[in-house]
Amino acid sequence: MGNRSQTYDVLVAGGGNAALCAAITARQAGASVLLLESAPKAFRGGNSRHTRNLRAMHDKPNDVLIEAYREDEYWDDLLRVTGGNTDESLARMTIKASSGVFGWMKDCGVRFQPSLTGTLNLGRTNAFFLGGGKALVNAYYLTAERLGVEICYDTEVLALNMDDGAVRSVDITYRGFPETVHARCVVASAGGFQANLDWMRQYWGDAVDNFVIRGTPYNRGRVLKSLLDQGVSAIGDPTQCHAVALDARAPKFDGGITTRLDSVPYSIVLNQHGDRFYDEGEDVWPKRYAIWGRLIAQQPGQIAYSICDAKAFPLFMPSVYPAIKADTIGELAVKMKLDPTKALQTVTEYNAAVKPDQAFDNLKLDGNKTEGLTPNKTNWARTIDKPPFYGYPLRPGITFTYLGLRVNDKAQVLMDNGQPSGNLFASGEIMAGNILGRGYLAGFGMTIGTVFGRIAGQEAARHARN
Amino acid sequence: MQETEAIERARHELEVCNACRYCEGFCAVFPAVELRREFSAGDLSYLANLCHGCRGCYYACQYAPPHEWGINVPQTLATVRAESYAEYAWPAGAGTLFSRNGTLVALAAALSIALVLVLSALTNGTAAFFTARPLVDGAFYTVIPLWAMQVVGIASFGYALVALWMGARNFWRDAGPAQKIGVGALFIALHDVLTLKNLGGGGNGCNDASERFSMRRRRLHHGMFYGFMLCFAATCTGFVYDTFLGRPAPYHLLSAPVILGAVGGVLLLIGTIGLFAMKFVDDPGPAVRTLLGGEVAILLLLALSAWSGLVLLVVRGTGAMGLALSVHLGFILALFVVLPYSKMVHGVYRSAALLRRAAERNMKVLGGE
Repeated sequence: MGNRSQTYDVLVAGGGNAALCAAITARQAGASVLLLESAPKAFRGGNSRHTRNLRAMHDKPNDVLIEAYREDEYWDDLLRVTGGNTDESLARMTIKASSGVFGWMKDCGVRFQPSLTGTLNLGRTNAFFLGGGKALVNAYYLTAERLGVEICYDTEVLALNMDDGAVRSVDITYRGFPETVHARCVVASAGGFQANLDWMRQYWGDAVDNFVIRGTPYNRGRVLKSLLDQGVSAIGDPTQCHAVALDARAPKFDGGITTRLDSVPYSIVLNQHGDRFYDEGEDVWPKRYAIWGRLIAQQPGQIAYSICDAKAFPLFMPSVYPAIKADTIGELAVKMKLDPTKALQTVTEYNAAVKPDQAFDNLKLDGNKTEGLTPNKTNWARTIDKPPFYGYPLRPGITFTYLGLRVNDKAQVLMDNGQPSGNLFASGEIMAGNILGRGYLAGFGMTIGTVFGRIAGQEAARHARN
Repeated sequence: MQETEAIERARHELEVCNACRYCEGFCAVFPAVELRREFSAGDLSYLANLCHGCRGCYYACQYAPPHEWGINVPQTLATVRAESYAEYAWPAGAGTLFSRNGTLVALAAALSIALVLVLSALTNGTAAFFTARPLVDGAFYTVIPLWAMQVVGIASFGYALVALWMGARNFWRDAGPAQKIGVGALFIALHDVLTLKNLGGGGNGCNDASERFSMRRRRLHHGMFYGFMLCFAATCTGFVYDTFLGRPAPYHLLSAPVILGAVGGVLLLIGTIGLFAMKFVDDPGPAVRTLLGGEVAILLLLALSAWSGLVLLVVRGTGAMGLALSVHLGFILALFVVLPYSKMVHGVYRSAALLRRAAERNMKVLGGE
C-alpha cells in the first residue's frame, strides 16, 4: 500500500469493469493510478460481478462470436430499445470500438467461452466471459495489481471537490477514516444510485421498500450526486431505472441472475387483489422482460403472482426458488396469501375467455388469445386447468438507474455550460445514459464500460502527463 | 447414496448453478448439471465424483462466501465425494474405515513396517539381517523369500483390485441408468483421465491459493500419477524378468526395472511432496478441513514408498539393505492394504464418472435463455 499523500496522475473512483479498464489503460500509458473501490475485496467489482457477456460488433465469425453482427444492425437494435433516446455519434463510436476490444481484454487475462456454446439466442451478438463477470473482474484486478495500479478497497469517494470545471481534491473514507487525496485527473466510474434507497425514494416513495436491487449494495451514487451538485451536466431521466420481474423471495441486494423468472408469457399474472393487470403474452419474453419490473412496481404492494398449470411449467427456466405448488387453484392462492375465491374467479373467467385459434407454439407469437377480458392475453393463452398448479411471487428487480453525467467522445465530463471539464472523465454506468437513455440491450452495459473505460483511461493519462 | 446434509446442500447449490450457468466452460461438472432439472442423491454422487476440485467456480462465483448464500461448490462436492467413498466401500460396512482415515492409513503403515521388519529380522537372525550381502542374483530373497513377497503382494493387491471393482460397481448402479458406452466415449474418458483436462479450469489451470490460475496442481498430479505408473511398470517388469526370463532381482542400474523404478520413484516423490506442500499454501476456503488427514496420509504413504525404494537402490549391497528392503516392502504392503479404503479410490470413481459424462456428451441441455 503506497502513500496516498502523493499527487497521482489519475484517480479512478469505482471498482467495476469500467473503472478497471480506465485504471489499467491509464497505467499502461505510464500514469500513476489510484483506484478506489467502496466495496470490500470479496464484493469488489460493482454490478460487473453479476454480468456475463459483452455485446460486440463483428463483420465475420471469430473465436468467440459466430456469424456477423454489423454496425447497422447493432445500431438498429439500439435505436429500437432506446426509442431514439440515444446519441448517435457516441453510440456508433461505441459500437465500432466494440469490435476491437478482445485482444486487449485477453491480454488482461479475460477469458471467453468458445463460440457456439452457451446461450442460444445471444451466441451471435454477445461474447460470453468464461466464469462470468466476477471472473472478468478478478482478471482485471490481477492485471491492475501486476502493473502497479494502487488499489484501495473499503474506500468510498464522498466528494469530488470541483473548482472552475476541474476536480481539485477528492474526499474519501479509507476503511472508515476520512482522508483527502489529490490527482491531476479523475475518472468517475462509480455506477448508478440504485442501491441508495433514500435517493430512489424521492421518485418512487415507499414502494422502494418492496424493490429488490439485483446487483451490488455499494452503488449508492455518492460520486454522481457530488458531481451533479457542482455544475456537471446531467443526462437521463432521474426517475427511471431498468426493472425486471424477479422472484419475490430474492435477497434485497446482490441476488444477481438466478432470481429472475421467465414464467410470465406462459402464465397469468395476478396482483395482490387477485386481478390480472397486463397482457402477459404481448411479445416474446426477451422483448418484454424489462417492462414487467415497472408493471409490478405500479401494482399495490409492488407484488404480483404468476400462476400456471402443469402444461406450461416445463416451458421456462425456473428461478433458484422452487415453485409454489398445489392441486387446486384455491389451495395455491392460499399458499400465496391471495384470496382463494377471487383468484379462482379470475382463473375461471380467463379460462372461459381463451379462444384456441391455432396450435400452441411457445417458440413464436402463436396468436392464441383471450376474448372479452380486460386486459386480454394475446399470445400463448391456454386454459389453466391441468394440476398440479404452480405459482411464483414476483417483485420489481432494479438493475440500474439511467441518470448520469453528460460526456463527449473523449469521455470528458461536460459542465452545465457545455464546456468539457479540465480533468474529469467518466466511464461505465455513470455515463451510460448518454447512449442508452432507455431500455436495455443484453451485454451493452459492459460494452459501454469497456469502450469508455479505455478512452477515459487513455485521455486521463494523456492530460495528466501534459 | 443416502440423503445427508451434504447431499441436500449440494442439491441446493447445484440448483443455484443451474439457474446461473456462468461456469459452464470450466469443467465437465456444469454441462452435466445443465442436463438435469432435479438431482437425485445418485446424480449428486456422480457430479461430485466428476468434480476434480480445480476451484475455478469458487473464485468465479458471485454467490461464494461471504455472500449470504455462501455457495461453495468445490467444498460441498468434496464432502459428498468423501461420503460416497464410504457409501460404496466393499464389503458393506467397510465404509467406516473412511472416518478418521488419516489415522487408519498411518496405523496401517506403521503396522505393516513393523510386521515385515519383525518377520524378516526373526527369520534372518539379527546378525545376518545387518550383514552386507553381495549384489548377486536373488540377493533380496535372502532377506525375504521370493514366495513370501509374491504371496503377500498378489494377495493384498488382488484383494484391493476386487474391492475397488466392487466399489466402482456400487457407484455405477447408484448413479442410475447410464447412456450407452460407445468406443468414442471410452476414448474421450481415457483422454480426460490421462490428461486431467478438467484440472484445467477452462484452459489456464486451477485456482490454488487465489483467483490466480496455475498449472501446478495438474503438473504435480501428473508427476505423482505417471511416477506411480512407472513404479508399477517396474514391479511388473521385475516380475516378468524373474518368473518368465529366469533373471532374479536385483537388476543392473541400466536395466528396465531399475530405470523405470528410479524415474518413477523420483516423479512420485516430487508429485506427492509437492501436493503435500500445497496443502500449506492453498486457500482453505474451498477445502474440507476434515478430509485433510486422509489426504495427507496417503500422499505421505506414497512419498515414503517412493523414498524407501530409492533408498533401497542406493544402499543395496551394504549392510543396510535388509533394513531398507523390509521398510520399503512394509510401505508397499501398507499401500496395497489401504488402497480400497483411502483417497486412492478417487481415481476409480473419477474415471467412472468421466466415462458416464463422455457417454452423455451429446444429450441436450435443458432450458437456457
